[in-house]
Amino acid sequence: MAKMTLEELRKLRDEKRLELNRRKVDEKTIEVIVSMGTSGIAAGAKETLQAFIDELNQHGITNAVIRQSGSLGLDHAEPTIEIHMKGMPDTIYGSVTPAVVTEIVDRHILKKELVDKHVFDRPAPDIIKE
Amino acid sequence: MAYSSYCLVCGGTGCESSKADLIYRELRRVAEERGVDNDVQIVKTGCFGFCEKGPIVKILPDESFYVDVKPEDATELIDEHVIKGRAVKRLMIKDKERKKHLETEDDINFYQKQVRVVLRNCGIINPEDITEYIAREGYAALEKVLFSMSDDDVIAELKTSGLRGRGGAGYPTWQKWKFTKDIKHTAEEVFVVCNADEGDPGAYMDRSTLEGDPHSVMEAMTIAGYTCGAHKGYIYIRAEYPLAIKRLQTAMAQAREYGLLGDDILGSGFNFDIEIRLGAGAFVCGEETALLASIEGERGTPRPRPPFPAVKGLWGMPTVINNVETWANIPMIILRGGEWFARIGTDGSKGTKVFALTGKINNSGLIEVPMGTTLREIIYDIGGGIPKKKQFKAVQTGGPSGGVITADHLDTPIDFDNLTKLGSMMGSGGMIVMDEDDCIVDVTKFYLEFSVEESCGKCAPCRIGTRKMFDILERITSGKGEMEDIDRLEAIAVSMKKASLCGLGQTAANPVLSTLKYFRNEYLDHIQNKRCPSGVCKDLVRYEIDAEKCIGCTVCARRCPVNCIAGERKTVHVIDQDACIKCGQCYDACKFDAVRIA
Amino acid sequence: MSTQTVETATFSDELLKFIETWKDKRGNIIMIMHRIQQEFGFLPWDAMAHMAKLIDVPLAKIYGVATFYHYFKLEKPGRNKVAVCMGTACYLKGARDLIDELSNLLDVGVDETTEDGEFTVESVRCVGCCGLAPVVMVGDEVYGKIGPDGLPEILAKHRSAATEGA
Ligand SMILES: Cc1cc2nc3c(=O)[nH]c(=O)nc-3n(C[C@H](O)[C@H](O)[C@H](O)COP(=O)(O)O)c2cc1C
Ligand code: SF4
Ligand code: SF4
Ligand code: SF4
Ligand code: FES
Repeated sequence: MAKMTLEELRKLRDEKRLELNRRKVDEKTIEVIVSMGTSGIAAGAKETLQAFIDELNQHGITNAVIRQSGSLGLDHAEPTIEIHMKGMPDTIYGSVTPAVVTEIVDRHILKKELVDKHVFDRPAPDIIKE
Repeated sequence: MAYSSYCLVCGGTGCESSKADLIYRELRRVAEERGVDNDVQIVKTGCFGFCEKGPIVKILPDESFYVDVKPEDATELIDEHVIKGRAVKRLMIKDKERKKHLETEDDINFYQKQVRVVLRNCGIINPEDITEYIAREGYAALEKVLFSMSDDDVIAELKTSGLRGRGGAGYPTWQKWKFTKDIKHTAEEVFVVCNADEGDPGAYMDRSTLEGDPHSVMEAMTIAGYTCGAHKGYIYIRAEYPLAIKRLQTAMAQAREYGLLGDDILGSGFNFDIEIRLGAGAFVCGEETALLASIEGERGTPRPRPPFPAVKGLWGMPTVINNVETWANIPMIILRGGEWFARIGTDGSKGTKVFALTGKINNSGLIEVPMGTTLREIIYDIGGGIPKKKQFKAVQTGGPSGGVITADHLDTPIDFDNLTKLGSMMGSGGMIVMDEDDCIVDVTKFYLEFSVEESCGKCAPCRIGTRKMFDILERITSGKGEMEDIDRLEAIAVSMKKASLCGLGQTAANPVLSTLKYFRNEYLDHIQNKRCPSGVCKDLVRYEIDAEKCIGCTVCARRCPVNCIAGERKTVHVIDQDACIKCGQCYDACKFDAVRIA
Repeated sequence: MSTQTVETATFSDELLKFIETWKDKRGNIIMIMHRIQQEFGFLPWDAMAHMAKLIDVPLAKIYGVATFYHYFKLEKPGRNKVAVCMGTACYLKGARDLIDELSNLLDVGVDETTEDGEFTVESVRCVGCCGLAPVVMVGDEVYGKIGPDGLPEILAKHRSAATEGA
């Protein structure tokens, strides 16, 4: 990437926004976001991330993107992850150990049902509307 | 077979006790009875953070939110909402409460007391991918500043916003910037500094912000550079934060590659770059003049102010220094306008505040609330209350410079001025909840010990005063306190406040003064009755077994590390006081509340 | 095992390169000291002397800075750093008991190293996972919500790991 001009920055912003939005409505994409702040990592987020990679591979699920992010602030429930996919409400799961990952892939992603006891709510509304 | 709706029942620790489980089972039973159990999935969830109104039931995808739900309501929720699609108004949150904080933003979820400005991207974007930041309005504020605002415009916007520094003292940000801006043409060089030293021993807001959204801070620093005539910025960050450092380095490299840092940013002709400088574990380096000394590669001892850094800072040059959270607010203020920001919060304190909510609290974690939120809302609605049904005792804010807030003030709106009035302070945002098991004198001693260790020793009032206060507290907690000690503490506090060079010494007595004010009786108990009511101060504690309650289960005797509990099965047990090392194991072990702290 | 002294020749190429790039920057010494400590695990006397020569700063100044900051260690640490969080949240949840138990188990106080050079016990301020309080870190690994009972197991794990790895 070469240095950008103002126009290029604006173009990039629009494109990237479109791409992210498309991902949200795209029938085929499943998006898994793993919270990887210090508290998440201390609670085992790296194992969680690896477990997702392994589980998705094992089930031959190729249309999933796994992304990393910072902390949502739900320290008591770390590791936390969020899933976006068509046909399911956006869901945040907490205390996601590798065993729970197996369950999430099996039930949330494949059977389209929520996994009991691990659902959390978004801690705060994002004040910036897009 | 997919479900068409989802019914979430809060099963957090707070709600569990208030019948959430019953509601869950009722909902399932009714759903099955009506034959809709394949259409609606009923799940128990983690805490929603609205525990005072619990149990909570939320139905997706409509996002309907029901509070104070009782098991009897299950039938109505299923019949009306799930089957007929009609909301059960009776159980919805009342409008009055909805409007409390943010009258203008009526389409966000009002039951959630948190509002994200600073943490807007944390947990949402990938902090190692600049394009995700850009997609969420990232660098749009810089764009606006570089191409359509003058330095005065930026400062005017900050002034309208009412933003005050989040590093502790709450100084209006626009004023600092203006001091520097006004002299930028006469200065050889100007610097911008981000204070990411975060020294309060119970706080980690700044670290999370940098880990989750490093670009927001960098963008804001660049804006300050443009406004105040600086071409170089420094981020002074604790070496103990390796992940935040790494994310910052990645972010800086990407910003340079994209032309958002470096020469001729976005073709505007403006040059600005940032360098990371590591702290090295000295709390006093969070103080701005000490921090600047540390960047210069010196021992981090504070310098007298004035001159203030805004006029004479790094290498003697005008320097704008702000805290991480202060910086993270700025892009949004520029983008949405100072007026928008000023609508959030209270008269004297605008915007939101991030707190690290920890200690004896169910939902510990990072929260961001509008200024003016009450402690009650933070502790009970967001934090889910105190674990194990213990009694709330106090909240400590402001770390070693702050004080405690008691149950009497749970309904005080939290902002800079109210906290100061209560004898505490905002500090950087550590918020530590204490329950009945915590000894106020012991906690105060903990803070004083911290200040003794961290005093840089440059001036006597602080160096000697902190040590003396610590010694007195040590005496009191070991049962050797005298009544005069209280006067001594107060006298030392006054002289430290007056005569110390920097904020550390000036505020180090705050924990003592504040606890003496609100918990004097607890001090007196320690001094006069040689008693520690919460059983923390080992020298003052005696464990005894209540003969009435003991059933002789032998558990305590087996747990005692020094075998000093005697008793046969099914007979009352007795502690040999001379041998007891006061470890408290028996107290924790007894299931029958037979072990008492005397 | 290396000794307290370090030959000047043992500055790695990367370290020398780092010093080269930082040599002419203002206020560089703390950054260079961090880099040296990263390489040796502490600041050996000889390394400070060598640094003084390389960047042409009096050794007394470097020493003065090194002694000011807690983060810089002048003694060689043990193979494993056992850091007990003494932040406020951890303190309230019993961090003091953890320190007491560690000195019991290892027969060393805070900032001391066991005789076999295996462990150095340290107390640190909030490591930022108060949700897991009380917290102990061994090397980079974080152990949360642990009581004194849990310590022997953790030590055993790292002890064997260290001897196996050596
Ligand atoms: C002893 C002491 C410690 C401080 N520690 C910090 C700190 O860790 N982080 C911080 O941002 N400000 C800290 N401050 C406040 C800074 O001196 C300064 O006010 C702040 O960086 C200004 O930024 P702001 O206006 O954005 O708040 C500390 C002050 C004192 C007296
Ligand atoms: S008040 Fe304390 S920390 Fe501040 S300069 Fe004086 S001795 Fe140092
Ligand atoms: S554990 Fe309690 S009930 Fe059992 S022997 Fe001890 S004091 Fe008695
Ligand atoms: S406090 Fe500890 S030492 Fe004393 S009797 Fe109870 S278990 Fe034994
Ligand atoms: S106080 Fe120990 S992790 Fe925060």
